Amino acid sequence: MDITFNLSWLDYTIMIVYFAFVLGIGWVLKKYMRSATDFLEAGRSIPAWVAGLAFIATNLGALEVIGMAANGAKYGLMTVHFYFIGAIPGMILLGIFMMPFYYGSKARSVPEYLKLRFDEKTRGFNAISFAVMTIFASGISMYALAMLMEVLLGWNFNFSLMISAIIVLIYVYMGGLSSAIYNEVLQFFLIVIGFAPLVVLGLINIGGWDGLKEALNTTAVANGFEESAYMHSWQNTGSPDSNPMGVGWFGVAMGLGLVLGCGYWCINFLVVQRAMAANSMSAARRTPLIGAIPKMFIPYLVIIPGMIAIALTYMPDSGFQLPVKGDSFDYDKAIPMLLGKYFPTGVLGLGLTALMASFMSGMAGNVTAFNTVWTYDIYQSYINPDKSDKHYLRVGQLTTVVGVIVSIGAAYMARFFNNIMDFLQLVFAFINAPLFATFVLGMFWKRATGHGAFYGLVSGTLAAAIHHGLTSPEGSHMLIKGGWLGTVVHYYPSEMAQNFWTAVYAFTACFMITVLVSVTTKQLKTNEQLTGLVWALTPRIKEDGVPWFRSPEILAVIVGIIAIAFTIYWW
Amino acid sequence: MGLDIKIPIGLLFTILGVLLTIYGLTTIGDIELYSRSMNININLWTGLTMVVIGIILLATAKYRRDTVEKKES
Repeated sequence: MDITFNLSWLDYTIMIVYFAFVLGIGWVLKKYMRSATDFLEAGRSIPAWVAGLAFIATNLGALEVIGMAANGAKYGLMTVHFYFIGAIPGMILLGIFMMPFYYGSKARSVPEYLKLRFDEKTRGFNAISFAVMTIFASGISMYALAMLMEVLLGWNFNFSLMISAIIVLIYVYMGGLSSAIYNEVLQFFLIVIGFAPLVVLGLINIGGWDGLKEALNTTAVANGFEESAYMHSWQNTGSPDSNPMGVGWFGVAMGLGLVLGCGYWCINFLVVQRAMAANSMSAARRTPLIGAIPKMFIPYLVIIPGMIAIALTYMPDSGFQLPVKGDSFDYDKAIPMLLGKYFPTGVLGLGLTALMASFMSGMAGNVTAFNTVWTYDIYQSYINPDKSDKHYLRVGQLTTVVGVIVSIGAAYMARFFNNIMDFLQLVFAFINAPLFATFVLGMFWKRATGHGAFYGLVSGTLAAAIHHGLTSPEGSHMLIKGGWLGTVVHYYPSEMAQNFWTAVYAFTACFMITVLVSVTTKQLKTNEQLTGLVWALTPRIKEDGVPWFRSPEILAVIVGIIAIAFTIYWW
Repeated sequence: MGLDIKIPIGLLFTILGVLLTIYGLTTIGDIELYSRSMNININLWTGLTMVVIGIILLATAKYRRDTVEKKES
């Protein structure tokens, strides 16, 4: 099936109007950029609902849209775990318990919190690894978008790379974090309206929800599972062998829910930065909770298309077939191929614009997070401290330019050395997995020491590497997927299962070593220094005069109820 | 910061919605164009939805501005 599209003047007009709006927002915000705080922290002036939508939009990058549809095709409805147990507990934890420390401590970034709470080396380790990671993340997504445009539209790879990078560069350079955040809200609306027709047409085509269910029964049987395996999220997790994801309920709950989910949503500065830019403590706490509500509906937008694609592939007379890559389907093509199948001129332009919008919201998130960490945690801390605020504003702006140029370099690296990128992502997974243990202990146990945190992180990273080196997903021969320590002591049914368990081991190792080293070393921070950073030493927030519907606690309860209802519905 | 993001989003949705609606109207009955979208004039429907969302956003933004002005005066 040929998936090269022919675009008409209307499709191009839609794209150009969109570009004009994102640049226009940057231009309008330019005059407010007077200090480093305005540029790098959005002046802490963003309303809660804007921060909340930006909070999830920055995560809804092109790789997420394409990848989650691919997961939907590969694992079926079990993919919703990434949106419920893998997201909602983390968001509630962040809004209710952790945000008071981030926002109240006046730390300007996640690494800076680590410095205030622990010590310089813990911050340095986190800041440098985070900075390198964001650059590569934005490079990889740039590469993915340019590849897609090359395949779909026949656009020149260099051209799409440059045009998308330059647009993001201009609007972030002009309006900093505010521009990124406001644009993320606009991009979020566009992503929804651009993909919604795809879901509607796909469902009509396949005979509605019941038709999808029936078609997926065939798919499940063809893959050697029970009929309903693709239409339940928890029911078949009693044993890892009975579901397409190859994980049991314990692996999902601990690996994805506790470590990966909370670890991402509570401590990844990319998303936390959006909440820290909110205009008050109450707004900052509500940010992740407001974001959680649309988050729970995104599966309809990105997972269902993937499920439709695989169902159609197994239907003999559908005339639709996912392309084959190696010995399995090329699941990443699900969204692009459905766009080509269903969208005529007009909405086609809108759908492609939505894809570009998702790319830009993800990339701008990386760029702004990199700016702040580089300027405050690396440049101001180690290279050139004690300069004027104007100086750091300038550095922040120049960092935008340098950051984008370096990520373009990373995009070309991804084009030419595919394995190097896989390897780097793996290394970062090792660094990130244990971090959540450090934060939990740091925020809720005042005895945790700087040495404890640092050595805990190092051993957690090592534990992740060793576990990954000794295990392998079944049927994989590549070293990059594990087993590179020579002997394989355990085979997991899928890569996903291996990831979840790597996270569990890393978390446990970091937790235990941090506790062990902390009790044997002296706490160098006084109680005064830790006030506002640790639960026991921080006065509870009293929110007088806040109407009940603006209370983060009430909002958290509402989010929890919706999440439980969905979990039962999709059981 | 003096930007109500509802205004640009409302404008963008209205402009794109009008474009799609007009195109949808001029292509009513174009069987070849809409065979892939299951004979549904998806441009018209998406366009109309976008116009409605756009106008709602613009109206709420205007309402908010008016009430703020009233409070100030």
